[in-house]
Amino acid sequence: MAVVLYRIDDRLIHGQVVVGWGQPLDIDFIVLVDDNVATCDWEQDLYRMGVPPEMELVFADVAEGVRRHASFVADKRRGIVLTPDIETMRRFVAGVGTVKEVNVGGIHHRAGRSPKLRYVFLAPAEEVELRALIDTGVKVTAQDVPAARAVSMSEVLGARAEGTGK
Amino acid sequence: MTNSPGQRGEADAEANEETAPPARAIIAGHAGFADGLVSAVEQIAGTGSVFVPLSNSGLTSEDIEERFRAAALANHVRVFFTDLPAGSATLAVRRLMRKDPRLILVTGANLATLLEFVFHAEEDPVEAARRAAEKGRASLVSHGGT
Repeated sequence: MAVVLYRIDDRLIHGQVVVGWGQPLDIDFIVLVDDNVATCDWEQDLYRMGVPPEMELVFADVAEGVRRHASFVADKRRGIVLTPDIETMRRFVAGVGTVKEVNVGGIHHRAGRSPKLRYVFLAPAEEVELRALIDTGVKVTAQDVPAARAVSMSEVLGARAEGTGK
Repeated sequence: MTNSPGQRGEADAEANEETAPPARAIIAGHAGFADGLVSAVEQIAGTGSVFVPLSNSGLTSEDIEERFRAAALANHVRVFFTDLPAGSATLAVRRLMRKDPRLILVTGANLATLLEFVFHAEEDPVEAARRAAEKGRASLVSHGGT
């Protein structure tokens, strides 16, 4: 399988992705699935400057990402599919239908979000989205960098609910 | 400890009002990268106050950009040094540059870069940044091996 990682990361292209994961996984291409970036040439130019010249960067909205997914998987090179948020990944996974695992790499703090892990903060609506993704049978783990331990988001969300009031 | 925007120049200026040079640039990057470099500049040249250290830790892209914008404004500086060319700090500055083309960015900063800058911080910032980048690049040398 040429897509070796499906990652949710609100910073999209940055050091952890390009260097942290890109080097140990020997990544040749990144598919950035984002409805907004897919329509903005300036943002695309910005992200292109963030990847080494030998790494291909593909921009797609969710519909195009779904449509081209088979070609990404059939690619002999190794790639990462990257989305900025849970909702985008959930729509992408639903459209593709064959994704087995999703990595939550970074959803940082902002107003309305509460901490789940050091690098994962979720608003109530995002927690609902994540549970919906997990309920489809996809294994969702949080892991910011390869050297870190993968943490089951199912357990993280479950433990929060069970721990209420204690 | 990395300063929050605007924090710099208050406590520090109070303690070193007569000796500490004013902020001339922002150094930003992952985790404690900026704090470490500023600490090293302070130890070597005694002019760490030329730099405002900022970290991207725990922030969304939008929050990094806002934090940097506020720091530049509060400290009246327009030169940024960042760590990785592909890092979130660099991307945040490039977004700021789209709105304010007067800003100057040097990526891949190292200690040699910053030391060169502090000794020319009074010059034209464009020229000082260019010289600093050249010095930092020239300092990367591999020795030994077969």
